[in-house]
Amino acid sequence: MLREIRTAIIVLALLALITGLAYPLAMTAIAGAIFPKQAAGSLIERDGKVVGSTLIGQEFQDDKYFHGRPSATTAPDPADSTKTVPAPYNAANSGGSNLGPTSKALNDRVKEDVDKLKAENPSAAVPIDLVTTSASGLDPDISPEGALFQVPRVARVRNMPEDRVRALVTENTKGRVAGLLGEPRVNVLALNLALDAASK
Amino acid sequence: MTAIGWIHIILYCAIIAALAKPLGWYMTRVFNGERTFLSPILRPVEAGIYWIGGVDDRREQHWLTYTVAMLLFHVGGALIIYALMRLQAVLPFNPAGQSAVAEDLSFNTAISFITNTNWQNYGGESTLSYLVQMLGLTHQNFLSAATGIALAVALIRGFSRSSMRTIGNFWVDVTRCTLYVLMPICVVYTLFLVWQGIPQTLGAYVDATTLEGAKQTIAVGPVASQVAIKILGTNGGGFFNANAAHPFENPTALSNFVQMISIFALGAALTNVFGRMVGNQKQGWAILGVMGVLFIAGVAVTYWAEANGTTALHALGLTGGNMEGKEVRFGIVASSLFAVITTSASCGAVNAMHDSFTALGGMIPLINIQLGEIIVGGVGAGLYGMLIFVVISIFVAGLMVGRTPEYVGKKIEAREVKMAMLAILVLPLMYLGWTAVAVVYPPAVASMANAGPHGFTEVLYAYTSQTGNNGSAFAGLTGNTFFYNLTGAVAMFVGRFFMIVPAMAMAGSLAGKKSIPPSAGTLPTTGGLFVGLVVGVVLIIGGLTFFPALALGPIVEQLASNAGTLF
Repeated sequence: MLREIRTAIIVLALLALITGLAYPLAMTAIAGAIFPKQAAGSLIERDGKVVGSTLIGQEFQDDKYFHGRPSATTAPDPADSTKTVPAPYNAANSGGSNLGPTSKALNDRVKEDVDKLKAENPSAAVPIDLVTTSASGLDPDISPEGALFQVPRVARVRNMPEDRVRALVTENTKGRVAGLLGEPRVNVLALNLALDAASK
Repeated sequence: MTAIGWIHIILYCAIIAALAKPLGWYMTRVFNGERTFLSPILRPVEAGIYWIGGVDDRREQHWLTYTVAMLLFHVGGALIIYALMRLQAVLPFNPAGQSAVAEDLSFNTAISFITNTNWQNYGGESTLSYLVQMLGLTHQNFLSAATGIALAVALIRGFSRSSMRTIGNFWVDVTRCTLYVLMPICVVYTLFLVWQGIPQTLGAYVDATTLEGAKQTIAVGPVASQVAIKILGTNGGGFFNANAAHPFENPTALSNFVQMISIFALGAALTNVFGRMVGNQKQGWAILGVMGVLFIAGVAVTYWAEANGTTALHALGLTGGNMEGKEVRFGIVASSLFAVITTSASCGAVNAMHDSFTALGGMIPLINIQLGEIIVGGVGAGLYGMLIFVVISIFVAGLMVGRTPEYVGKKIEAREVKMAMLAILVLPLMYLGWTAVAVVYPPAVASMANAGPHGFTEVLYAYTSQTGNNGSAFAGLTGNTFFYNLTGAVAMFVGRFFMIVPAMAMAGSLAGKKSIPPSAGTLPTTGGLFVGLVVGVVLIIGGLTFFPALALGPIVEQLASNAGTLF
């Protein structure tokens, strides 16, 4: 028995060092050398400052920008650390709403958003991704329909022709991988950066 | 439901079936102690571990010694995680300055990772230092997976050997599995994931200034190396709170597809290892066939339910399925498929929030875990879980014709059936028992995030997932309370070890039996009749056990949802 315990401790310690330190540290070094951009978090810089990550959604409220999906992420309440407050697109605390299909709170929230969007653009059907929160709360994408839905508003506020804005949406639309996997999508941050560049 | 969606699903199944044979061939060589193409590099490391640890790799163990070695190994693993979490504030690799984790949460997490559950009461990026993620979690991701595979192989040896006292050497099986199977795949896999966009850095969280001028702190870390083994080892514990839904854990539809493949790859290959070791690969294909039938049925229901959406959404004029708690880049089909895969295996990683699934769509993941995660299952755990059901099925068939049942040349007698029943009964005792306690204990009820039947389902799912060592959640439930941390840890522990110990006892008694050649009266266990029999037994035993609980949760909720009732 004592022999078994000794063996257990040694084998565990050796395998822990191999799998828990040698492996992740070696992978950090190799990945950093081959794919430095991705390994650091696919960060985007504009005028020398980090404005975000390609993969992480951020909050847009201004009418001149395309908006992402609603986000259910939270942050600790500054007044009372045992509670949390809504903090959309908090990239240090990911999570979804976790509201179920028969939740009244969910239904009220969706209805409010639907009404708001209908008032903004009565001519098109409201795309479902614009009124539902994502699983991570950090979804960087919206559907192409979700982007096209917002074109009239963005064009009006920016004084740009709708066709020009629509063309930017099309340029920033990505299809399914190999025509099969996933769904067509538009990266909101990339689209807004393109929009800013185009209206300069 | 769309044609592209179904092609996606069929392509997935085809790839898994195609991978089973080559992977099974390689793994059989590894566990038979034969040379592989990696031996020139890895054999010196392996021999070094045995030399320092005092392991004689030619000496095999009795099933009891094997099991005790496994238990000691786990106690050590739990102590490492617990100590690292409690001490993380004063240890290196903590750029975010995370403080020590509370006792009950550390305890729950330690049990969670050694049992291959990876239940997330912790928040990942908001709770843990990089050192805990690497030396605590990444390391146990490897070892709990390696242990599961080792145990399955030991049980297979029980079936394949004749009149022997031993079932292998635990230290050799775990070391070889880690070095020859898991590690090489993970090295390549990590690089693929980084290429797709998963971070792999020891640098601090990044502060960005958004286009609208707000500050956004972006959590990063050594993510890819952990995600690789989390998925391949069917562990499922996320680096981040949102798990595989987080764009940094699963950035693209391609990374998602490969992750789904790697959840099933090793588990499916083990059925082939089984076939090879008992001398007839068809035995393995029959088991994979049983798994396939149950799997496709589950996918069809969940995909249909999610694509259909809910009455409440339709009333608001919204079409396109239920997108609450799902990511745009995955959409309905990849989210539904992932949910069924992760709960068929004991993975528990999620790329969409199961809590927000439609009632029926979310019921399938729940059922998958309640059946014992035998549809491919956790690496190793799925195979021994399925073999336990096979033993019961063979026994039932034997009763019908009045003969002593046999399977792959071994007589199935009272001892094996008792052990199988023990394993099957203990699981519902845990998840139904603790659910019953929780729903009458007011502080536990207060943790429910949703009202009505959905709240009940959240609790049932929590204990089911922990007992089944799955780790996925109806995550609205506030699980990080003293009550849930403690009772959940008990459920995980019992769910793992009260399954393993009977399985090992069965392995020991089977190994000691003589192999008998099949006769005219032997039930063939490679054909459609056998597949149908096992599917039937699984559904009947499962249905009798948990159908009443489902009726109180998802079934009544679906009826309410159809009627447009909200809570």
